[in-house]
Amino acid sequence: MKSVISTLRELWRDPMGKIGIIGVVLLIVVAIFAPQLAPYPYDEIGMRFQPPSAEHLFGTDKFGRDVLSRVIYGARVSLEVGIIAVGIGAVCGYLLGLVAGYFERWVDRVIMCFMDILFAFPSILLAIFISAVLGKGIGPTMVAIGIVNIPVFCRTVRAAVISAKGLEYVQNAKSVGVKTWPLLVRHISPNVVAPFTVQATLALSGAILTEATLSFLGMGIQPPDPSWGSMLSEGRADMIRDPWVALFPLLFIVVTILVFNILGDALRDVLDPKLKT
Amino acid sequence: MRNYIIRRLLQLIPVLFGISVAIFAVLRFIPGGFASGMLGIDATPELIAQVNARYGLDQPVVTQYLNWIGGVLHGDFGISFRSGAEILPEILTRFQVTAELAILAAVISWCIALPLGILAAVKRNRMADRVVRVVALLGVSVPGFALSILVILVLSLFFGYYPPLDYVGLLEDPAKNLEIMFLPALILGCSMSGSVMRMTRSSVLEVLRQDFIKTVRAKGASERVAIFKHALRNALIPIVTLVGLQIGSLLGGAVVVEQIFSLPGLGLMTLTGINNRDYPVVQGCVLFIAFVYVLVNLVVDLLYAYIDPRISYD
Repeated sequence: MKSVISTLRELWRDPMGKIGIIGVVLLIVVAIFAPQLAPYPYDEIGMRFQPPSAEHLFGTDKFGRDVLSRVIYGARVSLEVGIIAVGIGAVCGYLLGLVAGYFERWVDRVIMCFMDILFAFPSILLAIFISAVLGKGIGPTMVAIGIVNIPVFCRTVRAAVISAKGLEYVQNAKSVGVKTWPLLVRHISPNVVAPFTVQATLALSGAILTEATLSFLGMGIQPPDPSWGSMLSEGRADMIRDPWVALFPLLFIVVTILVFNILGDALRDVLDPKLKT
Repeated sequence: MRNYIIRRLLQLIPVLFGISVAIFAVLRFIPGGFASGMLGIDATPELIAQVNARYGLDQPVVTQYLNWIGGVLHGDFGISFRSGAEILPEILTRFQVTAELAILAAVISWCIALPLGILAAVKRNRMADRVVRVVALLGVSVPGFALSILVILVLSLFFGYYPPLDYVGLLEDPAKNLEIMFLPALILGCSMSGSVMRMTRSSVLEVLRQDFIKTVRAKGASERVAIFKHALRNALIPIVTLVGLQIGSLLGGAVVVEQIFSLPGLGLMTLTGINNRDYPVVQGCVLFIAFVYVLVNLVVDLLYAYIDPRISYD
């Protein structure tokens, strides 16, 4: 297994990896320092529908709020939701996949039946449905997207565990009496890290997209909290006359998903060169 | 083959049963039940009890479930709490819209992605390949709703064109229907094409490396024959799998594009049902979508045998 440092070094050597790293780091910086970077508080009301100018670089929306400030704070919301949602999906999916892959038989069948049920829905519909049950707002949106992500992680980990189980050193560890959980955590888990990391990076862009979609539909983050999806939804009604209100959050959604996809692709090439074509 | 289909259909039963139980149970946890949603600010405990009694929501949950699933097994999905209309005919009507959208989007996606994916594989690491890879990455990264808004914005600002808002059925007026469906299908098709392009490229590259292609070339076959007759057919299985999954996910997943273009599809029906707490509508739609979704996957599996005669289900 490659160390984090050598993986990052290899990523940095790849031009696409470099773009991905720079893009993601910039996004994280914008999200962390949003209060310092935003020229106005995200909910400060002023002159409505001001076009982009030196005072308001991205213009103002229908309540006179500065679009740039809301887009900057929106980065914080998107990343927060994306990271925590993927975290929820990854932890639950990892544990379930580990158990299903290792124990097989009825444990595997029961877990995979639940995963099949979750998989039988288009992901956005499942997220809408869970959001309706859990309620609106940041917390429920994170949990909803997290649950949607569980089956993908579970399947990825399960497949890696099943293939690792047959490896000679795992069989040896088992035969010298290593107990189940140490065997799973110390000997089998390292084989899962590569596909798991790639999946997590790609899932992040999916989670950010799902959050934007839910908020666009009015099922996710609620105003006045700034979310790119809800800003897009609010700006849609006036987009012919005042296109900047919808255009800037839209561009940020696209660029964010793009950089995470670029990073995910580059990471896959580094961690799993067999897939590189 | 017949035994395989029967076995697969039988395997659907526990999954669909699980979905029906899950959807039914989970809907009962949605905050603010149907009665309080319908009555709004006029809701009093007495009125809520009356509405619940009228729609059978005062019965034990198990009884409600058995009544509903019994009806479903007889082809009766119940009636909408809101409109009082029969749900199954409404689902079937809406399904036509969504299915037309999904099929058109898939055809458009194939038309864009297959030639470009093959071109990228054949011209590997050259300019054409690099351009296709960037286009594919953009396709994967630009979400359907963002592209919809962008396209509407560009068309209206620069060409004065506004997409029609009143839906007309395919059989009513095919030309008008196509005008309405083309733009959303094109947008969904472009969104889908990114991943199909990537899959086509990597799959064709994989096949082009194999010995039998070298043999075909050594026997003097033209490059066109080697690629289209021999390589493409062997590369099709992962591509068909991906397109099958995409079509399946469009059944309910096209909800945003349906909303933006005011298309009365299945996704929008489900979303409206959830917002209205219209339990029978949501239950019916979700069960139907899940059923068609797994059925599409079955069709994809059966297509494997057609694409690759070495695969046999007997």
